[in-house]
Amino acid sequence: MNAPLIQTRNLKKYFHTARGPLHAVDDIDITIKKGETLGMVGESGCGKSTFGRLLLRLIEPTGGKVLYKGENILDYGQRKMKDLRKEMQIIFQDPFSSLNPRMTVSEIIAEPIKVTGMIKKGNDLLERVFELMSIVGLAERFVNTYPHELDGGRRQRIGVARALALNPEFIVCDEPVSALDVSIQAQILNLMMDLQDSMGLTYLFITHDLSVVKHISNNIAVMYLGQCVELAPTEKLFENPSHPYTRALLASIPVPSLKNRKKLEVIQGEVTSPINPKPGCRFATRCPSVMPECLEPGLELKEIRPGHFVSCALYH
Amino acid sequence: MTEKLLEIKDLHVMYRTDDDEIFALNGVNLSVEKGRTIGLVGETGAGKTTTALSIMRLLPDKVGIIRRGEIYLEGRNLGSLTESDMRLLRGNDVSMIFQDPMTSLNPIHTVGDQIGEVVKLHYPDLKAESVEVKVDEMMEMVGIPAERKIEYPHQFSGGMKQRIVIAIALACNPKLLLADEPTTALDVTIQAQVLKMMNELKEKFHTSMILITHDLGVVAQICDSVAIMYAGEIIEHGTVEDVFEGERHHPYTIGLFGSIPDMTKKTDRLNPIEGLMPDPSTVPPGCRFVDRCPHRMDVCSTVSPEIIIRDTHQIKCHLFSKSGEALRSTDKNHERGAAS
Amino acid sequence: MTNSYTTAGTNGFGEKNKPSAAARIHQYKKKSQVKTIWLRLKKNRLAMFGLVVFMVMMVVVLSADLFLSYEDQALSQNLSQRFRSPSREHLLGTDQFGRDLLARVIYGGRISLFVGLATICVSLTAGSIIGASAAYYGGKTDNILMRIMDVFLAVPNTLMAITLVAALGTSIFNLILAMGISQTPRMSRIVRSSVLSIIGQDYIEAARACGTSDKRIIFRHILPNAMGPILVQVTQTVARSVITIASLSFIGLGISEPTPEWGSMLSEAKGQLRYHPFLAIAPGVAIVMSVMSLTLLGDGLRDAMDPRLKN
Repeated sequence: MNAPLIQTRNLKKYFHTARGPLHAVDDIDITIKKGETLGMVGESGCGKSTFGRLLLRLIEPTGGKVLYKGENILDYGQRKMKDLRKEMQIIFQDPFSSLNPRMTVSEIIAEPIKVTGMIKKGNDLLERVFELMSIVGLAERFVNTYPHELDGGRRQRIGVARALALNPEFIVCDEPVSALDVSIQAQILNLMMDLQDSMGLTYLFITHDLSVVKHISNNIAVMYLGQCVELAPTEKLFENPSHPYTRALLASIPVPSLKNRKKLEVIQGEVTSPINPKPGCRFATRCPSVMPECLEPGLELKEIRPGHFVSCALYH
Repeated sequence: MTEKLLEIKDLHVMYRTDDDEIFALNGVNLSVEKGRTIGLVGETGAGKTTTALSIMRLLPDKVGIIRRGEIYLEGRNLGSLTESDMRLLRGNDVSMIFQDPMTSLNPIHTVGDQIGEVVKLHYPDLKAESVEVKVDEMMEMVGIPAERKIEYPHQFSGGMKQRIVIAIALACNPKLLLADEPTTALDVTIQAQVLKMMNELKEKFHTSMILITHDLGVVAQICDSVAIMYAGEIIEHGTVEDVFEGERHHPYTIGLFGSIPDMTKKTDRLNPIEGLMPDPSTVPPGCRFVDRCPHRMDVCSTVSPEIIIRDTHQIKCHLFSKSGEALRSTDKNHERGAAS
Repeated sequence: MTNSYTTAGTNGFGEKNKPSAAARIHQYKKKSQVKTIWLRLKKNRLAMFGLVVFMVMMVVVLSADLFLSYEDQALSQNLSQRFRSPSREHLLGTDQFGRDLLARVIYGGRISLFVGLATICVSLTAGSIIGASAAYYGGKTDNILMRIMDVFLAVPNTLMAITLVAALGTSIFNLILAMGISQTPRMSRIVRSSVLSIIGQDYIEAARACGTSDKRIIFRHILPNAMGPILVQVTQTVARSVITIASLSFIGLGISEPTPEWGSMLSEAKGQLRYHPFLAIAPGVAIVMSVMSLTLLGDGLRDAMDPRLKN
């Protein structure tokens, strides 16, 4: 069986605001095994992007632990962190702002290698750049072009190449295909899945698009206002969505088929504020199955079927 | 028979800058019937927004040029109208909603004022109280309590801002609504709310709508007919049944459906369309999809395909012309990924 | 490797005789960004006009000693030649002391230019350090620095310069210092907002994700991208300096006689306006030309450098 590569225990991030602490990420426990993909889904403000950055310590957590290969990386000093960074990388959502407009494609891809000193000799470095470009499907002729001369799909490939440059084991993918056209999305998704197979990569795949995440993930965590409300293997989640939010999310997605036309199920209301949240379930204000127990504190993920966890009073 | 509200005939639009010429639309033919919704589907650069802007005559001054073609709204040729006539038309007969709710509203005016502004513009003789009554009515209709009309745009969330934009667009009961990716920037659950509301309003007012989107799911939910655009042309057009359930499709349409990760089926790999959209600064002689088409034949590079019509379903592809059918049946090896 | 995600041919495998990577990379020309900006600038006729005018002025002013003599023409008085109208010997005529007007205008330009450039050095250095630190470290540092800058900004530019010069004395060094200090707050704001907008970009986060040092982030990623708006501000600042020096000299706080300077020349010409307006027109036109050409150039540069402002 695969060993867990990355785990979190009670991971929290609270931001200070004038109106009180903003609970961006609240008490998350997840495990990602080596070679697998954990999909993290949720809508704006659910904390998924923040969570991804916490794993890489691009944002410092407020509390909890991040265990990489069994060790709590939050205890690491600067030097150890710098070494660790070679093993954990990130791909960003926006193909425009994720690349330095004043650097050429080869400079962008070579940068991480230069910074870490992994390859010192100039020619070897260039060979590695060409190799990476080839792996992600970028033609050689783009080596000296600037990002603004290329389209979104090619720019995203540059982002992937840069993330692979240091031969990482774990990559956080923050909505990597959301800004791309559908046909290009498919190309990049295929690329990422092939790379996972050939290089044994482990992914945290953050997205709001449930159809994309179904395609690429082994397990899925559903986030709402900083909390994980459901965690299950992909097929089980889609076969048997248990949390009312998950059900609502699935029901809201317009499917490209004429069955169930115009029968969109809609949740009422808007997302409540993550500042100074009340105890209990944060979905209670919008939940069609709300009960008095929902507002009591102490709600946590409970295993209702093997491997399938839900945080909901309905199952307590 | 339902009447035609809007008819676009052979529209050719070009963007001319100092550096290049971009052929954005190359012969678009489209019609919208009264009370019906047509989905205009395509990827970035296909020409969907250009089509909408052409109808509204809002193409960028001096840069966007209508080279050929006419647009008729209820029989009136929009090209023959003066700018002041067009201004009377906009907001009153034809309204447009844009994609980004964050920048569609003026941050320094209250939302009530912004809805009221369009009412006052088209009904200048209306008394102030009557205008307010109308504003209240529109806000309730889009699901926002009327008391909030004194608030400013930044006090609302993205979904609510989009509702306000819709309220402004529908305030004067236009005959045609152009919605350019109205829900793309919204979360899925909010999108569902907004789409449901648009559906209800549409039915209440009998408004025709052109819904521009790249999301085939949204099209399936609320459109009556679909036009698929590629590189400035409409390459397939039909009712939703034709396009979602028919047997014959343009290869691009098949590619589009194949690129979408299907939630209901288990697939290992997606079938994306190879390559990218062609360079819009040239108009080559043959079919514009030829470089990416898995079914390409020799004739495709040299001769532009005609539109083959079968009832309500039109496809612009050599595969379906009589000669094309003959060629295709002799080469079964090209068959790959039939429409589902 | 399957081809369904490649957009063009990939490198083949097993090519033993491929040239080295360093050689291959040179096949593909790097499109110089400076060249691209230059080409866009060229299309802007007003900006080119400004550039040409300014260049010509610079050349004339810097090469003045080649065809003029400072002592003889700009300084030494020749009372027998007072108020001459333009002639072959004195192209713009002479002033009330018989000095060649054109020579004085040209040498006056030298002072303005020198002081302008020196001022820029002061305000650019101080402004960049303050602005970049405020943006990069944020929080309290940002607050403190910017509030101090606000205090300085609240005082009108020229007034600030006057006060400082009056307090420190009217040497050229003090003049440069005073003007530099008065320009610093505006420069620091430009630098700060420029740097802030870049820090928010994902590529900075990407750099941090590989463990890039702060120093490298600033010099490799932030500064090259921040240069654009700063460069535009530089042209504006030089233009403003010209006016400020002239203003200071006009009221007697700047360059003192007999050193030629446009502002002091204007001041002297006040008394002669009725009968010899040319004495005021000449330096006045010089000021207008230099400020206008710099401003046009600055506007053109801003448009040429902003990749979003395409036609």
